[in-house]
Amino acid sequence: MTTLFYLTMLIALLAALQVVRGLNAVHALLHLIVALLALALLFFLLGAPFAAALEVIVYAGAIMVLMVFVIMMLNQGDAAVEQERAWLDGASWRGPGLLCALLLLELGYLLLASDTGSAGWRPVAAAEVGRALYGPYLLLVELASMLLLAALVGAWHLARALKNRRGEES
Amino acid sequence: MTELPVEHGLLFAAALFCIGLVGVLIRRNLIFILMSLELMLNATAFVFVLGGALHGNADGQVMFLMILTLAAAEIAVALALVVHLYRRYRSLDADRLEAMKG
Repeated sequence: MTTLFYLTMLIALLAALQVVRGLNAVHALLHLIVALLALALLFFLLGAPFAAALEVIVYAGAIMVLMVFVIMMLNQGDAAVEQERAWLDGASWRGPGLLCALLLLELGYLLLASDTGSAGWRPVAAAEVGRALYGPYLLLVELASMLLLAALVGAWHLARALKNRRGEES
Repeated sequence: MTELPVEHGLLFAAALFCIGLVGVLIRRNLIFILMSLELMLNATAFVFVLGGALHGNADGQVMFLMILTLAAAEIAVALALVVHLYRRYRSLDADRLEAMKG
């Protein structure tokens, strides 16, 4: 069971690396979906089946479909791949990459130095999450709905401004 | 249910977050920056679920739901902006936006 954990973590990290290194947007998106599915499996292994299902449905499903649509609209072809290759020539990413690796080493040292010990997980079912959501966290649910409404209005406004002003811009 | 040292889970989340951070720092294509942001958000979400599992209560998953909502809202507005910028500048280069003024 623990091996499954580590294998899934490895898959997620490798896919994430491919996302960051990728040249073609669609290929990077496919790797991102793999990383999200691996994370969903990790949630399931952690005893959070509700979170795992939501990760697949909302993240790997809805949000990624949105990104696919936008990539299709922008219609980036082989020229974009060449441009990405020119941008990622090595000199530009070595500095930030090294600094982030140092940060990661530091974090790893701090995490491993503390003695929290291992823990046995107890699965938390969807019913429990639902009771928490509509009990003590009711206000949070309302706030989330308002946030989504604000995002909806914002996206609609941006799209509308695009339509109205297209004539004067181009 | 399963035994996993907490540090290893946290290490995984830290590694995922750092990969996303590197992506935000080194990429210039707005689409790739957004994808790296998604990776970072997922790393934090993983820590919340891990914490919820560790303490055996539902609060971690409630926070995960909030992060999911936040990511959906963020990506919707961000992609609308990206389409807008592409129409205007014919490019997804983040450096082209350096002349933006308030």
